[in-house]
Amino acid sequence: MKYMDAIQVQKRMRTRLIKNGVAKSLFFLSTIFGLFVLAILLYRVLAQGIGWVNLDFITGKLSTQPERAGIMGAILGTFWLMVVVGPVTMFLGVGTAIYLELYAKKGRLSSFIQTNISNLAGVPSIVYGILGMTIFVRALGFGNIILAGGLTMSLLVLPIVIVSSQEALRAIPQHLSEASYGMGATKWQTIKNIVLPAALPGILTGAILSLSRAIGETAPLVVIGIPALLIPFPEGIFDNFTVLPMQIYYWTLDSTLTAEYANLAAATIVVLLLILLILNAAAIIIRSKFQKRY
Amino acid sequence: MGTLREAVLKNEGYKANDRLLEIPLPSKKVIYDIQHLNLWYGNTQALKDVNLAVNEKEVTAIIGPSGCGKSTYLKTLNRMVELVPDVRTTGTIMYRGKNIFDTSFKEEELRTWVGMVFQKPNPFPKSIYENIAYGPKIHGIRNKKLLDQIVERSLRSAYIWDEVKDRLHDNAYGLSGGQQQRLCIARCLAIEPDVILMDEPTSALDPKSTRKVEALIQELKKEFAIIIVTHNMQQAARISDRTAFFLNGEVVEYDKTGRIFSNPTDSRTEDYISGRFG
Ligand SMILES: Nc1ncnc2c1ncn2[C@@H]1O[C@H](COP(=O)(O)OP(=O)(O)O)[C@@H](O)[C@H]1O
Ligand SMILES: [Mg+2]
Repeated sequence: MKYMDAIQVQKRMRTRLIKNGVAKSLFFLSTIFGLFVLAILLYRVLAQGIGWVNLDFITGKLSTQPERAGIMGAILGTFWLMVVVGPVTMFLGVGTAIYLELYAKKGRLSSFIQTNISNLAGVPSIVYGILGMTIFVRALGFGNIILAGGLTMSLLVLPIVIVSSQEALRAIPQHLSEASYGMGATKWQTIKNIVLPAALPGILTGAILSLSRAIGETAPLVVIGIPALLIPFPEGIFDNFTVLPMQIYYWTLDSTLTAEYANLAAATIVVLLLILLILNAAAIIIRSKFQKRY
Repeated sequence: MGTLREAVLKNEGYKANDRLLEIPLPSKKVIYDIQHLNLWYGNTQALKDVNLAVNEKEVTAIIGPSGCGKSTYLKTLNRMVELVPDVRTTGTIMYRGKNIFDTSFKEEELRTWVGMVFQKPNPFPKSIYENIAYGPKIHGIRNKKLLDQIVERSLRSAYIWDEVKDRLHDNAYGLSGGQQQRLCIARCLAIEPDVILMDEPTSALDPKSTRKVEALIQELKKEFAIIIVTHNMQQAARISDRTAFFLNGEVVEYDKTGRIFSNPTDSRTEDYISGRFG
């Protein structure tokens, strides 16, 4: 006796194939939808802003007259912010990841900490802004200088750096560290010479991506209260500052008063997007250049 | 007497059963003396009252079915097993007269005397040179000339020097599996151990590479004690002087290899060797 009835199979074939086609088009449409919205967004920004992007705009000082306004101050602010966020998150984030992944005993406490770090990555950025204002700006009395903003941003991206570094460390096969221990290396020698170098590309990729998150973020800095209109360029981490997304935010708000501000905002977006693009490209290059070899 | 035995060993080729069992071994020093060793992973006992003595300048083979505790036993000898959380041991392992579980005996120190070669070749993602120099470097040797010498000598001792001497600074991952394993053996020789532990070192290799590694082991035993886990009984018969048969965490039988394979005392050994289980 045969279980497969050829006629039944034939009958069902049509609906099966139709369902197959529908599934494919549904997924294709959702992809297209996202890309379409993105394209419109990019088009509008470029159309409004690209004509305003030139050397004077990039290197110029802020001005109330749209034709003379430049964003060098905000670019420098963003740069100094990265100078703070980069090392702080690398040090704290990678350190925490090493401890959790390689030292901490797996148990209830470590899984509790782990869960909370993952949760922290989902806390709204404005909450970090409030935290930063309370601790760095007020309690420690920094005022709204770059250091305070940078430390606040570091808190914001720290969970991401920790989790991505942990993943990078976890990806290093056990047999490499076993080989090192087997020759009498201490734990620290094994971590320093074998595990960290192998995990570094992954760690860097995560760190760069979180850096690009930090320089695109606005809400925490709004809460800290960094100035919108700032003429002098910041020269170090103890100066007052503004950053690119902040500049975009204020120009967009004021575009009802001065129409050209919308163009300035768009032009600034173009510059910010360019910086983000470069950072992401760097991450991709690092990742592919150091493709796992083990 | 010793020389006669050596001559026999040399001439017998690879046929264990032909060994002249009655010729006594030259008196050798015991390097490992394991007494009443028990080991638990959490609540499951993986080693049960293991008693074994291992001689220097001999190849000791550990055979037995999967999961009988061969790797566990081997990793206990250099305390690598303690990397697994929740491991508990009782009993003593005397290494040259010192209990390796004594708090004064640091495992890092033990592992400079007791090298290990793993089942899967596991070179570091570094150059061939750096792989060999790694051990000496972590023990504080910085002198470039000295390191060069150690690298060359170790590679020569592992009979891989001629194959790699022109590409010492290429990544070790460019080598074939068999070459990688011999590189790992060379890496282990670079720390000048007394004992080399090998956990199924040829199970990931093709027959030709396997033969090379086996020949290498024969060379190395002139200088080192070698304890080798193998699931290949032919291999145990070919290369070892003594064989221990493990079953469910216990040593069923431990004797000269010739006797184990020709005239075992325990019926379970016989069953296993004749391929009735495992
Ligand atoms: N890391 C571990 N954690 C818990 N149990 C383990 C671990 N490693 C091995 N075991 C158990 O110990 C026993 C012996 O394993 P193993 O020494 O690897 O055997 P073999 O090498 O002879 O195949 C097996 O029952 C195995 O399940
Ligand atoms: Mg095993």
